[in-house]
Amino acid sequence: MKLSLGPNLFYWPRQATLDFYEEVARMPVDIVYLGETVCSRRHELRAEDWIDVADRLVAAGKEVALASQSLIESESDLKALRRLVDNEAFRVEANEMGAVRLLAEKKIPFVAGMSLNVFNGHTLKLLADMGATRWVMPPESSRETLVGMLAEKPADLETEVFAHGRLPLAWSARCFTARRFNLQKDTCEFKCIDFPDGMMLKTREDQQFLVINGIQTMSAKTYNLLRELPQLGAAGVDIVRVSPQAEGTAAVIDLFRKAIAGELSGAAAADAAAAAMPAGVCNGFWHGQPGLELVENA
Amino acid sequence: MTPSSIELVCPAGGLPALKAAVDNGADCVYTGFKDDTNARNFNGLNFDDNALREGIRYAHDRKVKAFIALNTYPQAANWQRWTAAVDKAADFGVDAIILADIGLMDYAHRKYPNLRLHLSVQGSATSYEAINFYRERFDVQRAVLPRVLSLAQVEQVVKNTPVEIEVFGFGGLCVMVEGRCALSAYATGTSPNCNGACSPGKSVRWEQTPQGMETRLNGILIDRFADGERAGYPTLCKGRFEVDDETYYAIEEPTSLNTMELLPELMAMGIRAIKIEGRQRSPAYVAQVTKVWREAIDACKKDAAHFAPKAAWMAELNKVSEGQSHTLGAYNRPWK
Repeated sequence: MKLSLGPNLFYWPRQATLDFYEEVARMPVDIVYLGETVCSRRHELRAEDWIDVADRLVAAGKEVALASQSLIESESDLKALRRLVDNEAFRVEANEMGAVRLLAEKKIPFVAGMSLNVFNGHTLKLLADMGATRWVMPPESSRETLVGMLAEKPADLETEVFAHGRLPLAWSARCFTARRFNLQKDTCEFKCIDFPDGMMLKTREDQQFLVINGIQTMSAKTYNLLRELPQLGAAGVDIVRVSPQAEGTAAVIDLFRKAIAGELSGAAAADAAAAAMPAGVCNGFWHGQPGLELVENA
Repeated sequence: MTPSSIELVCPAGGLPALKAAVDNGADCVYTGFKDDTNARNFNGLNFDDNALREGIRYAHDRKVKAFIALNTYPQAANWQRWTAAVDKAADFGVDAIILADIGLMDYAHRKYPNLRLHLSVQGSATSYEAINFYRERFDVQRAVLPRVLSLAQVEQVVKNTPVEIEVFGFGGLCVMVEGRCALSAYATGTSPNCNGACSPGKSVRWEQTPQGMETRLNGILIDRFADGERAGYPTLCKGRFEVDDETYYAIEEPTSLNTMELLPELMAMGIRAIKIEGRQRSPAYVAQVTKVWREAIDACKKDAAHFAPKAAWMAELNKVSEGQSHTLGAYNRPWK
């Protein structure tokens, strides 16, 4: 089973981002997804900067893919998307159907991203016919659905599952971080750069419930499938994905690597990862339960 | 395209609502079967076979089109139920089926090449590139836009696709991109994408406490209302939460979308249909909203240059709005 690092969903300062990927070059991950997928206003790294980072990671032996923006609104978003599709050097993760159209039209193989809502074998096969060589399971999907889909999976199509990180749950036209500061999105002052793991949203009885990350809403708890790695393997999952966080990504990658190699049990690895899950851990979606729940005896 | 071709598409959660829509001036009604094949899978709502047959007959006799929404995502284990729903809809003679899943679209397009397909808002297509994808692959005739684009962005879409564009005119406001929201699935296990419901009634608890009326979803406190405050339904994204020591409607206020004042612009840019949200609402709501929008559209067709929503119309609509207030949502850039 391979290990991937998903695109950074947060907005970090330029130097912090470059330092992070310098560290990633030394981490034992096989695949790294790069690029800004959440908000087109985030510009600490430009397209050419991402290509530089990608080249550096390839030199370090990583497979690199460039992830497309999940919510396309404007003509300039489409321009950026077309540039991404035409990059020629790196595989693209398509995160909405506009990207799928452009990639399929040019017969460029692609990764079908986790916001494409792929919940059945028929849809999966269509995407494979259009050029998908890998697909990422939607985070809200379950083991049962995955097993059913993989029973009819096209040959040579790789399956990737989001296995650690705050879950991206929703996208909006509205920026909730800007809203917190009574700012409009168009003049947001890039407030999200001050919150490297997003802003905690609590209920009025202090329960940590969600995290706001610009136009994206995430789970407060960290989704983690370390305990379930044997189930993922048995289901036919080829790649597990870790989502970057401000602190502790390297430690989490290490734990996944050890658990995959069988050097550490999933339970021991999950316990050791607790420090990297400050608002607690959840795995409900995999077990067909509400996402925020933790099913202990997997 | 002439502006006069714009259609008013009204919700029908059951036969009485369908008749109310038809009788009050709808050009089209949209319906759903009584299960999770559609995104308003609520108890007591929707159509069994007899009701749907009668509904379609009632609509067609009065030259009104009948659509059916099969706009949730079938999963490996229940795929046949969705294809059976497509078969049934085709057999019943609906004028269009409203779909989100590309697997299901492919099935419908191959088996019923003459059946009109509409792309549901649940398909999350926000650009003409995405919409044209559905056109080329499945011959989709119309797309319903998620409620995330500004007016200028909507116009850009219309200019660059042959697909008819339908936009939401009035009703409950999803602040998230439809089809891209797992908040309810995260909190309650009930997913709009897969189960056809958000913040479901079975997960709701209302509780009078010394601090006030509390509303919960699967135990999670969504809002708390002081005495005298009107306690609203705990839709997850419309609660009051605390972010960085401030308690407020962190995601969206309980308010409805109302785009009536934009009608002249929507018609001028070639929007083909205006959708009214609310299959879960009463026949009285449907009658009232349909009647007001019919009058407004007719007035705008007659004289777009001097069109302005009448105060009486807006008052009628506010009466049935969530939170008794309304917004232009994303059509108005500052909302974002």
